[in-house]
Amino acid sequence: MKKALQAVAVLVAVAAVGIWLATGAHRGWTKTQVEKITVDEITGIEGRSYEKQFVAGAELLSAGLLTAVTLAGISLFFRDQTKLKTES
Amino acid sequence: MKTKLIALSAVAALSISALAAPLTFDFKDPKGVNNAVFKLDAPLEAINGSASGISGTVTFDPANPGATKGKIVVDAASLQVPNSMMKEHMHGAQWLDVANHKEITFEAKELKNVKSSAEKTTADAVGTFTLKGVTKEITVPATLTFLKDKLAARTNGQMKGDLLVIRANFAINRADYGINPKAPTDKVAETIDLTLSIAGAAPEK
Repeated sequence: MKKALQAVAVLVAVAAVGIWLATGAHRGWTKTQVEKITVDEITGIEGRSYEKQFVAGAELLSAGLLTAVTLAGISLFFRDQTKLKTES
Repeated sequence: MKTKLIALSAVAALSISALAAPLTFDFKDPKGVNNAVFKLDAPLEAINGSASGISGTVTFDPANPGATKGKIVVDAASLQVPNSMMKEHMHGAQWLDVANHKEITFEAKELKNVKSSAEKTTADAVGTFTLKGVTKEITVPATLTFLKDKLAARTNGQMKGDLLVIRANFAINRADYGINPKAPTDKVAETIDLTLSIAGAAPEK
């Protein structure tokens, strides 16, 4: 149980960091759509439209890392099965 | 001969009056380029977004830009931010209450400090700004660029006429318009910076 929890903690931490880096390492809030700017040649106005795109924010990274730390912490309350076997 | 001269004078007078007549520009942009950008820069959080649902008309006389008058309307439901949950909150009753206050408007009543050079006019537009049902008189520094005969280039030759580009930067206070005045200012800035970039068309009749 201890090792399983620690493995899940590592997996969650790696996934959180991986997704955050892969979607652009955005330091603000999570975005579900991104702004696309196109310039009108005649007027020079920058037109703005939104496209659906997921960009993980810092709060998602923090939540992932916090979950990983919590799981790793909980794992400390479990005894190591291999140690238990050798003791007996 | 006398009749011909009278007829010629009449035609000339009509042409001059047609040239001098104020033009009405429609700001409902079929290309969807017109936009209003808003920024709230609080110490803990910056909120940026834009609105694209622009409409309204402006009467502009190239010979007398100081006489410009008009009304620009922003569809409140067209306000967008990059996060869909944040957008839902922003449109909600506590913030913009879009369901009950569908339009954000600015009606220019007069221009002050008018400076014109070639196709560009800068001025302070004095008028009424209405947001979330609250109307206040404000002064907006604006730049008006008159682009004569440029409508054809923008519509691939489908329409002939002129364009008027208006750019304006101004700021308002969130609490003045009842936009969740109790929200902490370290997370949601009290000042809302607004940038308007719009083009209107006056097709030839």
